[in-house]
Amino acid sequence: MITLNAVHKSYSSEVSIGPVTLQIPTGGITALVGPNGAGKSTMLTMVGRLLGIDAGSIEVAGYDVSSTSSKDLAKIVSILRQENHFVTRLTVRQLVGFGRFPYSKGRLTTADEEIISRSIDFLDLGELEHRYLDQLSGGQRQRAYVAMVLAQDTEHVLLDEPLNNLDMKHSVLMMQHLKRAATELGRTIVIVLHDINFAGHYADYICAMKHGQVVEFGSPAEIMRDEVLTGVFDTPVRVVEGPAGPLAVYY
Amino acid sequence: MANLLTRPLAPTASPRIHRGSGALPHGRSRTRYWVVFGILLLLAMSFGFGLLAWDNPMPLGTEGFWLIANMRANSLLTMAIVAFCQAVATVSFQTVTNNRIITPSIMGFESLYIAVQTGAVFFLGAAGVSAVQGLWQFSAQVALMVLLACLLYGWLLSGKLGNIQIMLLIGIILGAGLGSISTFMQRLLTPSEFDILTARLFGSMSNADMSYMPVAIPLVVLAGTALIASSKRLNVVALGRDTTMNLGINHRGEVMRTLFFVSILMAVSTALVGPMTFLGFLVATLAYQLADTYDHRYIFPVAFLTGFVVLAGAYFVMKNIFYAQGVVGIIIEAVGGITFLIFILRKGRL
Repeated sequence: MITLNAVHKSYSSEVSIGPVTLQIPTGGITALVGPNGAGKSTMLTMVGRLLGIDAGSIEVAGYDVSSTSSKDLAKIVSILRQENHFVTRLTVRQLVGFGRFPYSKGRLTTADEEIISRSIDFLDLGELEHRYLDQLSGGQRQRAYVAMVLAQDTEHVLLDEPLNNLDMKHSVLMMQHLKRAATELGRTIVIVLHDINFAGHYADYICAMKHGQVVEFGSPAEIMRDEVLTGVFDTPVRVVEGPAGPLAVYY
Repeated sequence: MANLLTRPLAPTASPRIHRGSGALPHGRSRTRYWVVFGILLLLAMSFGFGLLAWDNPMPLGTEGFWLIANMRANSLLTMAIVAFCQAVATVSFQTVTNNRIITPSIMGFESLYIAVQTGAVFFLGAAGVSAVQGLWQFSAQVALMVLLACLLYGWLLSGKLGNIQIMLLIGIILGAGLGSISTFMQRLLTPSEFDILTARLFGSMSNADMSYMPVAIPLVVLAGTALIASSKRLNVVALGRDTTMNLGINHRGEVMRTLFFVSILMAVSTALVGPMTFLGFLVATLAYQLADTYDHRYIFPVAFLTGFVVLAGAYFVMKNIFYAQGVVGIIIEAVGGITFLIFILRKGRL
């Protein structure tokens, strides 16, 4: 359970986020959607304590993110940002191994190695585990980053646009992996998505944001409607019944 | 799609050769690391021995031989300290700034050293050079440099800016400003004063005075131990601010702590022998190539040995071939620069 209570962050007199009050339920995938500049990524980074808040409070699994020590939070919530560029040269397995740092402090035990192996296999990276990250394609690298946060073994996983720069096939595969992580591993996944149809199909809850406020929160069935989406995205959207559920058409 | 979803969790139960996540993943990389380490150690020892024994007029092993060797051992100790300072400081600095093309010396250490030396000669004349030599003067210079660095880091990293890039930029500009003041004073010196000053401004092993060692060695040991002991955290910090915080490390605290120890090492090295702008950069870059791992526990020793080999090698060549002992900065920049270019062009990456 992630609870935001009147969370506020201001950049200037015109640009501010909140106050946001929101409860993200335990389990499943919650998708954050909304137009550019709505504050989705900012809110995600505040929940992941990478960015401080000006007012209000955020609790993850009952722990206040501003007062709980970062060390303890690293075992409760993990966050993956959109842009990841490392100066060091790492193999996939070494990268995933860093996910164990909150527990191992850099000294990996056999149990850690086992969790690393499972994370790698979970994302089908077994064949690539000794390859260096700079030898991978964008999709493979993205999977390696996700494997790292899964190896961190936190109940809550926050992902900022993990489908960015992925093609159709890899986007679908990534969402399937995340869905499995939610159901089979029991993780609570909060994810920023740009494609509303991915959110409609894979997410269990959709949270729509606009101008720094949460404007809609509900199941895909509740959000995937003409008037709701048109209002959120400020552009005419029609929802039609597709072969695999509702599809938003906005072209 | 269906088979992907229903596939068991661990599909590859077949035994793999090695599924460790260590710093040196393959047997091949392990062998390679230790071979490189061995070669560097051998080179370091032969240069060290060469400096003690080459051109030593007394036969090997006699009392006279050791008397002369002992005197030469002083510069060997200086080289070891400088190599250690430059190597450990540069690697740590590049890690916390997430940038592999800068060195801590651009943060104003060398400009400050040059400004102090030039100012002494400018205001006190030729006698000024001796006025800034001595244990107290040495300690004061170190303290001044560390203070400058801490003010800069503290102010820039804790303030609203809180940005490493801006800190670097301001450091460079301050350095350039101090440099211009020095250049201006140098223009006004008499040729003989300028000549005396120039000798101090080349990085030179003979600048070091053994009486500085009681201050220099404890400082270096303290800062070096602290940095090496935080190797595992540095490995994480190298992944950038977001990943570091995600993994539960206080990023800003870690960066500040590291920069503090880096400033001690750089200040000691600069106050001891003078500017060595290129050495740290060269050594760190070579060490990344040679060690070929992310793990600082492996990079630090290789960087130190590389630094010692480069310094001792340059000193050996300068002393025994060009008879210009001490002034090693010149040859390091010439030979080191070429080695560096060859490395980068062959591998195609930093």
